[in-house]
Amino acid sequence: MLLRVKNLSVSIGTLTLLEGVSFDLAKGEIMGLVGESGSGKSLTALALTGLLPLIGGRVTAGSLEFDGTDMVTQPKRKLRALRGRRIAFITQNPMTALDPVQRIGPQVDFVSRTHLGLDRKAARARTIALLTQLRIPQADAICSSYPHQLSGGMKQRIVIAMALAGDPDLIVADEPTTALDVTVQAQIIHLLTRLVRERGLSLVLITHDMGVVAQACDKVAVLYAGRLAEQKPVHALFASPQHPYSAALIDCIPREGMAPGSLTGIPGNVASATAYPSGCRFHPRCPRAGAGCDTKVPVQRGLSDAGTVACHYPLNGAPDV
Amino acid sequence: MSEPLVKIQSLSKRFDTPGGFLKKRRSMLAVRDVSLSIARGDIVGVVGESGCGKSTLARLVLRLIEPTEGAVCFEGADLTQLSRSELRKMRQRMAMVFQDPYSSLDPRYRVADALAEPFVVQGQRVPHGRIDALMEKVGLPASLTQSYPHQLSGGQRQRVGIARALALNPDFIVLDEPTASLDVSIQAQIVSLIQELQRNLDLTYLFISHDLGLVRYFCNRIVVMYLGAVVEELPDPGAAPRHPYTRALMASTFAPNPNARQEATELTGEIPSGFDLPRGCAFAGRCPNVTAKCRETVPVLSRGPHPVACFHPIQG
Repeated sequence: MLLRVKNLSVSIGTLTLLEGVSFDLAKGEIMGLVGESGSGKSLTALALTGLLPLIGGRVTAGSLEFDGTDMVTQPKRKLRALRGRRIAFITQNPMTALDPVQRIGPQVDFVSRTHLGLDRKAARARTIALLTQLRIPQADAICSSYPHQLSGGMKQRIVIAMALAGDPDLIVADEPTTALDVTVQAQIIHLLTRLVRERGLSLVLITHDMGVVAQACDKVAVLYAGRLAEQKPVHALFASPQHPYSAALIDCIPREGMAPGSLTGIPGNVASATAYPSGCRFHPRCPRAGAGCDTKVPVQRGLSDAGTVACHYPLNGAPDV
Repeated sequence: MSEPLVKIQSLSKRFDTPGGFLKKRRSMLAVRDVSLSIARGDIVGVVGESGCGKSTLARLVLRLIEPTEGAVCFEGADLTQLSRSELRKMRQRMAMVFQDPYSSLDPRYRVADALAEPFVVQGQRVPHGRIDALMEKVGLPASLTQSYPHQLSGGQRQRVGIARALALNPDFIVLDEPTASLDVSIQAQIVSLIQELQRNLDLTYLFISHDLGLVRYFCNRIVVMYLGAVVEELPDPGAAPRHPYTRALMASTFAPNPNARQEATELTGEIPSGFDLPRGCAFAGRCPNVTAKCRETVPVLSRGPHPVACFHPIQG
C-alpha cells in the first residue's frame, strides 16, 4: 500500500473536526473522497500533504503512513522534501497556487529544479513537454505569460503541470474543477485522470460530485461530519450503497429519465462542528434511523462487498445494535 | 394556441466599458437578438456557461436593466414601454429568485422584514398571517421570522429568497441559478420545493442554470445559449441535441453511473471573450464540425418545432 491512513483524528483548537478516519490507497489507484461541505474533505487533504499547521490544525490521534514512513512524526524538513517531490497537491482555486508576479515558465521549472535537481535548460524542456501533454497550445509562449493573462481552465492546467513536474507518486487534488465552467471541467477531469493512469500514479480526488466519482475513480470514501460513513470500490458503491447517506448523495444527482418529483435531496443541514449530534451524526437526517442511532456511535465494519460501513441499519446488511 | 404569458421579442443588450485617457471605449453584446415565448404554466430552462448572457437575459425579462433593443410583453403589455408607476404595478405579478442568497438578502433585515419588503414597495399593508403562511409554504419554521440572514444556513436563506418572491402571489418567476451556491443535497431539496410550488400555485418559470442535467430534469423546454445568442431550443427535455455545443454540454455532464464511463469530450478550448467575437459562428473556434462557411457567416436560428442555429446540425 502506498498510503495507509489509520484512525486519523484532526483538531483545530478544542474542536475535533476529523475523527477516526481510515483508508488505504494502492499504487495506481484513484480514490474519490466525497461529502458535503463541512464533512472534512479538505482537512483530510491538508493532513495527507502535511499542511495542517497552515490552518492551525494538528493530528491528535491515529497514523498516516506514506510508503512506509509515518507522516505525522516526520520533522518539518523531511516533510518538505516529500511534498512536491513524492506527494503533490492541487488546490481548488488555481489562483492561490500560482504566484501572480512571476511568469508561468519559471514557476513550473522551479519544481523540477528543486526536487529533481535539473538545470535551467533541462527544467524548461521538461516544463514544455508537460504543458504540451496537458494540451496547452503554444507552450513556449505560455511560459512567458503571467497567470492573470490566462483563463481559469488554462491556469488549472498549469497547476496540474506543476504537480506532475516533481514526478510524484501521489497527487492530492482538492476539488480541482469547482471554479471552472462545465465543459472545461469535463476536459480537466478527463485529462488529469488520463495522465495519472498513464503514469501509474495514485490520486486522491476530493469532490462533492458523485458524478465525477462514478466517472473517474476506482474506489470511494464517503465522509459525513468528520467521520467516515462508508468506503468501497466504486462499482459496489453505486450498485448497492450500504450507508443511507451514500445512497442519498447518489440520489441527489438528476439522471436521465428521472420522474419529476423524484429528486428529494437530504432533509435538514450538515451538522455543525460545534454541535455534532450524539450517536451517529447522520441520524437526525436519516430515513432509516432507529433505536440506538442517537446514542451509540456506529463503528466501521466489513461487509461482503470489499467495503466497510459505519451504520447501525445498513441498507443491504444485518443491523448492528 | 392562447396568448403566451411572456413574449420576448428580439431582445439585445449592449454593455460599454468606460473609455478614458489612452483607453478606447469597448462594447460587447451580452444578449443578441433573443426571442422566446413562455406559455402559462411552462417551465422554460436557459442553459449556458459563464458569459453566455443568461443572467443578463433574466434581468432584461423583468426590466431590472434596460434593453438596448427589443421588447418583453407580459400578457400583451410591453414592459419596456411602461412608465415607472405602471411597471411597479405590473411587478406584483412577477418576481425573481437570485443566485446568491447571501447578497440578495439585506444582512440588517430580519426574515420577517425581508418578507414584508415587497408589500412596502407596493405601498400595501402586510395581510395578517401572510408572513407565517409564506414561511410555511417554503418549509421554514415560523420561529425563524425574527432571525437575521447570517443566523440561517445557505438552504434556509434560499428558502427565504423564494418566500419573498412568492409574497405578492406572482404568476411568473425568474429563477437565476437558485441552487448554484448550495451543496448537492440542499440543491435537490430546493429544486423539489420549487417544483412543488409550481404545481400547487400554478406558476410559470424561467429557470436559468449552467447545469444541463438539472435543467433536463426540471424544465419542459430548454433554451441553450452561447455567447449571448440562442443556439438551440429543445422542445422537450429528452430531445436529442442538434447543435454541436448542446451535444458537448450533454457530454460534459458526469453521469452517476460507473458502468457507463464517458469518453473525453471532443470539445477543446474555452469560451472566447464577448469583447472580440469571431466574425462567423461564435462557436466556430471550438466546434468539431467547423467549415469555412462557419467562420465567415453567422448562422440564424431556424424555424420549426426544434430550432437550431447551425449550418451543420447533427442529424437525428
